[in-house]
Amino acid sequence: MPTSAFLTDASICIGCKACEVACKEWNHIPDDGFNWTGQSYDNTHALGASTWRHVLFLEEKQSMGPQLAGIDEPFRWQFLSDVCKHCENAGCLEACPTGAIVRTELESVYVQHDVCNGCGYCVVSCPFGVVDKNHEVGTAFKCTFCYDRQRDGLMPACAKACPTRSIRFGELQELRQEAQVRVKELQDRGYTDAQIYDPAGFSVGGTHAIFVILGQPEAYNFPPAPEVPTIHLKSAWSAALLSAFVVVLVIFLAFAL
Amino acid sequence: MAADPKITEDRLDALREEAARTGKVQDHGIAPVGSPFPKPASAVSYHGNPVLKPPTWTWQVPLYFFVGGVAGISAVIALAAHLFGNAGLMRAGLWIGFLGALISAPLLIADLGRPARFLNMLRVFKLRSAMSVGAWTLAGFSSAVGLAVVCHELILAGYGNDFLLVIEWIADLSSALSGLILASYTSVLLGVTAIPVWSENRRLVPVVFLAGGLGSAAAVLELLGFLVPVTQFIGIVAGTIETVVAIIIELRGRYVDRPLREGAVGWVTRGGAALAGPASLLLRMFSEHSSVARYFAAACFIIGALISRIAWIEAGRVSARDPQALFRIQRPASNGMPH
Repeated sequence: MPTSAFLTDASICIGCKACEVACKEWNHIPDDGFNWTGQSYDNTHALGASTWRHVLFLEEKQSMGPQLAGIDEPFRWQFLSDVCKHCENAGCLEACPTGAIVRTELESVYVQHDVCNGCGYCVVSCPFGVVDKNHEVGTAFKCTFCYDRQRDGLMPACAKACPTRSIRFGELQELRQEAQVRVKELQDRGYTDAQIYDPAGFSVGGTHAIFVILGQPEAYNFPPAPEVPTIHLKSAWSAALLSAFVVVLVIFLAFAL
Repeated sequence: MAADPKITEDRLDALREEAARTGKVQDHGIAPVGSPFPKPASAVSYHGNPVLKPPTWTWQVPLYFFVGGVAGISAVIALAAHLFGNAGLMRAGLWIGFLGALISAPLLIADLGRPARFLNMLRVFKLRSAMSVGAWTLAGFSSAVGLAVVCHELILAGYGNDFLLVIEWIADLSSALSGLILASYTSVLLGVTAIPVWSENRRLVPVVFLAGGLGSAAAVLELLGFLVPVTQFIGIVAGTIETVVAIIIELRGRYVDRPLREGAVGWVTRGGAALAGPASLLLRMFSEHSSVARYFAAACFIIGALISRIAWIEAGRVSARDPQALFRIQRPASNGMPH
């Protein structure tokens, strides 16, 4: 099976949230409380146990490429639909002590919530802050990459519902090329801060969700250099075993003295 | 900027007219006055919202960290007492380890979202997951220390034979080894996460947790009446380590350590360190002549170490909420982003 992936393009997202709605409907996810956050048109703040697609609304004091904002100050209103990155080296998967989180044949990262016991270790191990525990059900939830739909040859619900093709679904290498073409096109048209967010050069080892963004990753709350926490296993265990050795030494010294 | 709303509307009308006539607006417009214009997002993060998720752990987890640490180290003290022929300390150490293990499992299970599925942790073993290593270590330690207590009590009751003595040694040794891992894995559990204050202190948290476990195990023995040089020596060493670690955190002054120094959690951290460090050491100075001071020193250390466990978890919560803590660690590498 080819490596499927998402390419989400901020430059053509219109913030309609059809992806959020389609995702909720298909996956039967509960509502998020219909909160008014006061952060532009965002109602959910971030991805979470019941938010598997999250549309960001950025109001920035800078111009949108060559466009005029119609007000005195430079201004742009940007949107982007965020999603689980489905990392090659996934922090949540490595942390899971029950084997509930698995890598599927589609190369996506999947939480089997009938196996998960809700220990919460994946929650603090995700470098993107995606997976969270649903406190009513007691287990961890995140984007399934529409495993059921993909198995039946359908594209994920969010990509299917997107009216502007801001969310594209396809083969990862092809989408990477599409992203490069798109960024080149945007830069030629004066959107000089267009770039690809595709953290392949870090220990997460690439993701199955890449993005075309305008501006810095931090503005979208994307970690600029996401690392899988298990790269620190060696240093943490070394320090722990060294400390344990000192503890043994102190105890034996206490008896010997 | 126009102050009069009327002027604003007039200017907007002019702009609309220009747009309709020429299809393009040449100059910048106006900022609508008094309109519910939303605030711009922060330039360096998404509305200042957290990037990471805070830990979902409940109050049982820091308590488990503490009890597991005491139980594990007690088994090591019991082994040392066994080797040095100190029967009293050996028996007490084994019992503290055993009771600690009995308390630990329910604490760990109670924190789970689905407690009935605790055994799912024993369907796989993953060296790369500190949580998996911990679940297996707790299971192993509980079995070993339970066996050690049973053997020891049988021997004391007069049923001892060569076979039982050998089994006791094996159980003793394996409970001490698994006890060491039980007392230390919790620090790796924190260090190997995405939470900045834990991850960036992955070499320091083991020192804090093991010193806390060491000192608390000795302090529990003291509270049980073992006012002997062994526990005094251990108490002084552990109190000194706690003090040095607290000084390191204060002097290093890193941004990522701010949850340990600032706000309510910062003061809780300091309070815990002060009780386990200087306060317990000071009381120990007077304990040569006063056993009351010795008891207070032991109690001080236990309370300090327990507070310290709570503070480290809470600091993780604060750290997860601060996007800048994460960005500041990663920003030097942000130039390496593929464009």
